Amino acid sequence: MSNLKMPEVEQSVLSRRDDIVAALRAIVPGEGVIATEREMKPYESDGLTAYRQIPMVVVLPDTTEQVSRVLRYCYDNGIRVVPRGSGTSLSGGALPLADGVLLGMGKFNRVREIDYENRAAIVEPGVTNLAITKAVEDEGFYYAPDPSSQIACSIGGNIAENSGGVHCLKYGLTTNNVLGCEIVLITGEIVRIGGKHLDAGGYDLLGIITGSEGLLGVVTEVTVRILRKPETARALLVGFPTSEDGGDCVAKIIGAGIIPGGMEMMDAPAIRAAEDFLHCGYPLDVEALLIVELDGPEAECTHLMTRVEAIARGCNASVIKASQSEEERLLFWAGRKAAFPAVGRISPDYYCMDGTIPRAKLPLVLQRMREMSEKHGLRVANVFHAGDGNLHPLILYDANKPGELERAEAFGSDILRLCVEVGGVLTGEHGVGVEKRDLMPAMFNDIDLAQQQRLKCAFDEKGLLNPGKVFPTLHRCAELGRMHVHAGKVAFPDLPRF
Amino acid sequence: MLRSAATRRVSKHEAAPSFETSAFRALLRMRVVHGCGHRSNTMTDPIKPQSAQDVEAAVQAALADGRTLETVGHGSKRAIGRAAQWDGTLDLSALAGITLYEPAELVLSAKAGTSLAEIEAQVAANNQQLAFEPMDFAPLLGTEPGRGTLGGMLAANLAGPRRIKAGAARDHMLAFSGVSGRGETFKSGGRVVKNVTGYDLSKLMAGSWGTLTVMTDATIKVLPRPEAQESLGLFGHDSVDAGQAMRLAMNSAGESSAAAHIAETAVKRLPIASLATNGRSVTAIRLEGVPPSIAHRRELLRSILRPYGDIATLDEADSQALWRAVRDVTPFAAAATGVDRPVWRISTAPTRGPEVGALLTASLGAEVLYDWAGGLLWALVPASEDAGVASVRKIVAPAGGHATLIRASAAVRAAVDVFDPQNAAIAILTRRVKEGFDPKGILNPGRMYAGV
Repeated sequence: MSNLKMPEVEQSVLSRRDDIVAALRAIVPGEGVIATEREMKPYESDGLTAYRQIPMVVVLPDTTEQVSRVLRYCYDNGIRVVPRGSGTSLSGGALPLADGVLLGMGKFNRVREIDYENRAAIVEPGVTNLAITKAVEDEGFYYAPDPSSQIACSIGGNIAENSGGVHCLKYGLTTNNVLGCEIVLITGEIVRIGGKHLDAGGYDLLGIITGSEGLLGVVTEVTVRILRKPETARALLVGFPTSEDGGDCVAKIIGAGIIPGGMEMMDAPAIRAAEDFLHCGYPLDVEALLIVELDGPEAECTHLMTRVEAIARGCNASVIKASQSEEERLLFWAGRKAAFPAVGRISPDYYCMDGTIPRAKLPLVLQRMREMSEKHGLRVANVFHAGDGNLHPLILYDANKPGELERAEAFGSDILRLCVEVGGVLTGEHGVGVEKRDLMPAMFNDIDLAQQQRLKCAFDEKGLLNPGKVFPTLHRCAELGRMHVHAGKVAFPDLPRF
Repeated sequence: MLRSAATRRVSKHEAAPSFETSAFRALLRMRVVHGCGHRSNTMTDPIKPQSAQDVEAAVQAALADGRTLETVGHGSKRAIGRAAQWDGTLDLSALAGITLYEPAELVLSAKAGTSLAEIEAQVAANNQQLAFEPMDFAPLLGTEPGRGTLGGMLAANLAGPRRIKAGAARDHMLAFSGVSGRGETFKSGGRVVKNVTGYDLSKLMAGSWGTLTVMTDATIKVLPRPEAQESLGLFGHDSVDAGQAMRLAMNSAGESSAAAHIAETAVKRLPIASLATNGRSVTAIRLEGVPPSIAHRRELLRSILRPYGDIATLDEADSQALWRAVRDVTPFAAAATGVDRPVWRISTAPTRGPEVGALLTASLGAEVLYDWAGGLLWALVPASEDAGVASVRKIVAPAGGHATLIRASAAVRAAVDVFDPQNAAIAILTRRVKEGFDPKGILNPGRMYAGV
């Protein structure tokens, strides 16, 4: 795809490929090492399919000891490693390197322990997000974070990306629902962090590993918190004549002290696409559609539904529909959850963005996005985690038309810069990966980025784990560690730093 | 003399920011020349920056002179941590003020030295709260209540009884800016509640006790305050039965926001007359939310907990008083037990709590208060030279978790590991993380671990 610069290929590593493959086969026997181009093809990209690269070799370990030995071997031999869960990343976090080992964690797919008494489950990283809930739902429990890809995405990948989902405003992100993990460092060292207890005794390494996009270590076991499933859930469908009214309604719901289990907004193009696709009863004569889900005891849902309805009426809602059955609630959600494929039906390709904005800026951002849409000559549809300001613009393009992909990317970059400009951030839940890597300077200056990279150095001083992701410039750790102190004095002490 | 003159200079120049930093540097140089650079315990002569730029200048000056710094806000948690010595004190209390509060966006930003009480009052005025219920150490430590700053709260990763539902300070910290031990100002995070851009350095700051960075500003998430609350009380149970009752409650659809067990001896020191005079141990479950929801869950829990005998309902006022007492561990308050009796804070798996507590009582004669449905133990032990450290570690290790010595004399805190000793792998990572932020070890070195 377009101008993505990855770390320069180490020819000295590539030239030893046969030896490396043999050495890896000695650690992971049988089908666990894949070295033919045809068989490696499925690993060439993740959910961000515009970027593709066949790795040097794919390794699929199935024990922590194998992971440890593979990483140690790579460390000793200066070989880069890209960890991969289910490969559903939308930011290219698992994009392989031509001279790197792709370490697939799919065989780590067992639920090791369910401890209802402590409300915890211990699982291997390749277990899918939904499989955790499936494993505990018979006892009335669930795992709260629910990214839309939950049927496929792995909990290891969720840790790497600190995944959210439609319920995270009320129940938190991955980082708020993980209690412990076992990770293997690039040196092969196996480290256990946390457990079934809360909070760390020392530095919160678990908090740092969560959301580190596979740059610090390879997760081999995860302890998550499980919760009792709410007794009931009901959804309210609310249509508004303007996005301002919709945004106003969201602010007033929260202002009234109500944190819904989920609160999602869609704009007119997204509503139409979803309705045409699934006929879920969405009104087509509105500019913004809000789905508000309330969960908890029946009495609480009923009480809060009444209040939310009253707030919505006060915000010029033109349509208000409360789910009358579980089927209807699921139908309300079906359109939202299928928004991406629905948009896929009206356009050959679409590019999904992921910025977060202060919610009050929504009307401004939507207006500016309409202007950008004209400028770039591409349509855009918006779905929005309204409670927390996480915006997913879907840019519609046709990869077969010359120049459209590049225009879609430029449009996307403009949107993310806009998010930062209005006080938001580049990514709410999809991660930086390679996709937003080069936009990081829009949010962070060199000193901010250097400090983040020094954390990387604490875990991986040779920079072998997933290089080329997250950070726009690779610095050697020795260079980052250097202090500009000469003869006991800071250089240029009177120089303003910014 | 020097200090007052210097302070006047700084505050005078605050009105003219363009001179502020150079004035502050001049101040710092004077202080070094006049002998503040020698190694001393630094209750006297703190450096009091008036701005984030001043903090940067102060850290750079310390770096240049090879001096270590203790960072304090109000100093309310100064008696916690290893008893180490630092060359100078950086007093951040003048870096105060809420800079952004948008209730509808659920975010609040403030300077690090802002009073926590001010923040809590401000958000309460909008029917919001810090959902993690940060505790006040004042009763335990015998210090002035209501003190403490935003920066201190975050650096200590405070949490209260609602930790089991709402998380700790770490879970609500969204962004910060600060000065690293390299003398560089940097930032991390954003002012929105959902953000995965770059490493989540806020998590690393939370619970780092100021050993990595001097935070100058921070942004936290604020949440609506529940409309109502009440609590259910069970009486006369031992810690094992209480642990089971709390688990039943937590595993039900009762959505309790706190569960604690207070033994007989400690009940007598509670500020709730009906409980204190009853004299029996109390196992308490808190319900918060809208009244119709509370009513429903009350009946649900009453039916589940029927095997545990009489169930009392504590009204809003008593419930608030009870959980504030549990949050601040007032049954072990210095005023009630004497400040010389050490107090340990132990986090373990909830099912292991009662067993850990029983062993602490058997081997050390500890009094134990259980919060977090049995996962958090406050253990009051007899005064001794080592606060029973060997026994505590030996009992907690097999159960899993960690123990921190919260209250002990400086002599005891100098003699024993206040924080859980780390295994080799974690210790190496800890040192390397520290080196990345503070390579010369000038920020609160030794507060958590020797050499960190």
